[in-house]
Amino acid sequence: MLHFSRFKIGFVVLVCLMGVLATLPNFFSEQTLKSWPTFLPHKQLSLGLDLKGGAHLLLQMDSDELRKDWLKSLRGDVRKQLRDARIRYTGLGQTKDLVRVKLVDPSKLDEALRRLQQIRQPLGNAFSGGAGYDVDVEEGSDGFIHVEPTTAGMQQRITHAVTSAIEVIRKRVDNIGTAEPSIVRQGVDRILVQYPGLDDTKRLKELIGKTARLTFHDVHPTMSAEEARQTRVPLGFVIYPDADQPGYEHLVREIPIIYGEDLDAAQPGFDQDTGQPIIAFRFNQKAAVEFGRFTSQNVGRPFAIVLDNGVKSDGTPDIQVLSAPVIREPILGGSGQISGNFSVESANDLAVQIRSGALPATLTVVEERTVGPSLGADSIEAGEWAAVVGGIGVAAFMIFAYGLFGIFALLAVLVNLLLIIGTMSMIGSTLTLPGIAGLILTVGMAVDANVLIYERIREEMRNGKQPISAIDSGFSRAFGTIIDSNLTTLIAAIVMFWLGSGPIRGFAVTLSLGIFATIFTAFLVTRLMVALWVAQQKTRKIPAPL
Amino acid sequence: MFKGVDFWPHDKIFPIMQVRRSFVITSIVVFGMAVALLATRGLNFGIDFKGGSLFEIQSKSGPVDIVELRAKLGRLGLGSMQIQQLDEPTDALIRFEQQKAKEGESSEKAQQNAAAKVQEALGDDIEIRRTEVVGPAVSGELAWAGITAVTFAIFGILFYIWFRFEWQFAIAAIIALVHDITITLGVFSILRLDFGLSEVAALLTLAGYSINDTVVVFDRIRENLRRYKKMALDQLMNLSINETLSRTVLTSGTTLLAVLSIYVFGTEVIKGFAFAMLFGILIGTWSSIFVASPFLLWIGVKRDWSGIAKSDKATAAARS
Repeated sequence: MLHFSRFKIGFVVLVCLMGVLATLPNFFSEQTLKSWPTFLPHKQLSLGLDLKGGAHLLLQMDSDELRKDWLKSLRGDVRKQLRDARIRYTGLGQTKDLVRVKLVDPSKLDEALRRLQQIRQPLGNAFSGGAGYDVDVEEGSDGFIHVEPTTAGMQQRITHAVTSAIEVIRKRVDNIGTAEPSIVRQGVDRILVQYPGLDDTKRLKELIGKTARLTFHDVHPTMSAEEARQTRVPLGFVIYPDADQPGYEHLVREIPIIYGEDLDAAQPGFDQDTGQPIIAFRFNQKAAVEFGRFTSQNVGRPFAIVLDNGVKSDGTPDIQVLSAPVIREPILGGSGQISGNFSVESANDLAVQIRSGALPATLTVVEERTVGPSLGADSIEAGEWAAVVGGIGVAAFMIFAYGLFGIFALLAVLVNLLLIIGTMSMIGSTLTLPGIAGLILTVGMAVDANVLIYERIREEMRNGKQPISAIDSGFSRAFGTIIDSNLTTLIAAIVMFWLGSGPIRGFAVTLSLGIFATIFTAFLVTRLMVALWVAQQKTRKIPAPL
Repeated sequence: MFKGVDFWPHDKIFPIMQVRRSFVITSIVVFGMAVALLATRGLNFGIDFKGGSLFEIQSKSGPVDIVELRAKLGRLGLGSMQIQQLDEPTDALIRFEQQKAKEGESSEKAQQNAAAKVQEALGDDIEIRRTEVVGPAVSGELAWAGITAVTFAIFGILFYIWFRFEWQFAIAAIIALVHDITITLGVFSILRLDFGLSEVAALLTLAGYSINDTVVVFDRIRENLRRYKKMALDQLMNLSINETLSRTVLTSGTTLLAVLSIYVFGTEVIKGFAFAMLFGILIGTWSSIFVASPFLLWIGVKRDWSGIAKSDKATAAARS
């Protein structure tokens, strides 16, 4: 056990050096690092939000809303298909789960089914094939034709919606500041937003919590919302409240003339006459033509700019008419402005939201954790103190108990720490507060491997062995025990990584790296130092080392 | 050279296995008490598992006035709350239980609305240093994840020991492990300490640590089983425990030192974790000495390890 080939010594020294090199960047500022030659590692350990401060928001997509929107558009598809095929129907409606329609002439059933099946979209990508469709079209037992989204179809819908929501959030959040937020999908219908350095989440939540679907609608030419409430709402029209005047409502056509996606640009600004904050926008080519035609035909009548923000906190729909200006002359240039009761900040936020597009559905905050920067700094400081005091305590203990060999063990533990921090820096893993605890705990446990070896050596010597053979069998006999005891801890660490989230994962990573580093240092680093010490004693008879 | 001080009385053999009954009875009594406590009083689950919100605050102008704070926040009508003074007189921790959703309001939204109200009510004089708001959907999942984590870890360890040793060892080790976890949970119950996700992490670490300790003793028992084929089992176990006792005490000492410094210097966030570890190390050390081996003795072990010893020698020969 005490013989080391040159190759092996080289290997151990190389690994230790790499550990030192990879840890080194953490002790320098980023400016200094820039001037380093490129072959040296530059990566620093990234700190978790709990250490550097920041906001962690877990958002959940409202899948009910998504389903409702989908059913609404399916209803439109059904209407169009049947109309194109000249099949007469009655009772086209939607329930919570499906769209249903009854045919006037039941003999047209087969044709109608064939027609409606064209609405279906194959699932997955076009190449895999055979995975089924996103909706089922079939004859229901109630005599209606049912058009119902499949489970897999709904799943796909959610997945796509989350993907596009992530894009939208990224664009919106980029407007807050310079820090680099991380926005990732979690599970099926959730998005995790982590924003370092931000401890007031109010603005963040305002920016990403609103659907912000902007649409331009035709207003009913003759009837007012009040009249419609008293008689009945004409087919194809809906009533939306005014954003500025409480109680005032507008009767507008449900299907918009222009959608927010067709806006090329939106900027906050001020009205030249009133000085009020406004949002200036420009349509894209297609929408500009469309809007030009619409305004030419409707001079003297109002149109409505509607903002759909999903659902309010009390569960009711949050849809408002921002403004309903009267068209004074045809708007052909494709640009315009939205005036409303905006503050500078709300105009700015809305412009950002319009620019970055609408969210496919409302996102609800299901988990929020924020840590102020000062608390994070306190945690780091506390961690440093704990590490220093704990380290000194353990060091004193080891030197007291094992003398020179205790120092060997401490050097091995130091290498151990460098390897863990170095590896973490290189693989870009995050150091969290529990991670610091994991590091300190590793110090305690790494010492254990050395204690096992040294106690074994002492025991072998008590049994009458000569120092060299005692050292030899001490290392070899302790090996199995160290492997067994560390692997069982590794099992716990793997479970933690697998099931844990955020900070706990950080802890699990540190602990697992610590276990590998412990096995390496106890068996190669400590042993190498002991072997070198033995080699040095060559001329004389070796004294009892422990 | 300085060899260090070997303070352990190696020539003394403590008759641990002879008095094992009293140790085991102590353990069973404490275990029973912990189970009874958990059944009646339960754990003080933190917001990770129960949902709700938590604010760590710092008053910018001198010590925080808990009474005033309680009055101010009580007016919001957000249900029961806990206000706890922290080590620094300017700091306090405020906890609200999960909000009941009003008519038509989703409960996730209710959490968010309540948190917003609190933040507003606290005013400018108070800095909110940490906020945690956990809705019912997430808390349910976290609780489930915690339970599965501990269960999986226990089974993983069980199979590993079964694979490396024999099933008797695995059973005895798991008994010791369940003993440690349950009693630690009992202490959390009696002290009404907040039990959250990081405490689950501490439990898992403690599981790893405690089993580590037990495995060291079992390893020695297995070695001695091969060496002393005729020795009475209880005597052999006693010898094994004594031979590894100096290591057990030393390692517990160093680990305890490390964890103690986390507990003393750590911030509020990490205290619960450190406490669980601190207690866990003590109880883990106790169980690996006084619980695991007696149970192993009662379950009984296979005496004939010659076949295995032979195959070990064969691999040793192959290795050299």
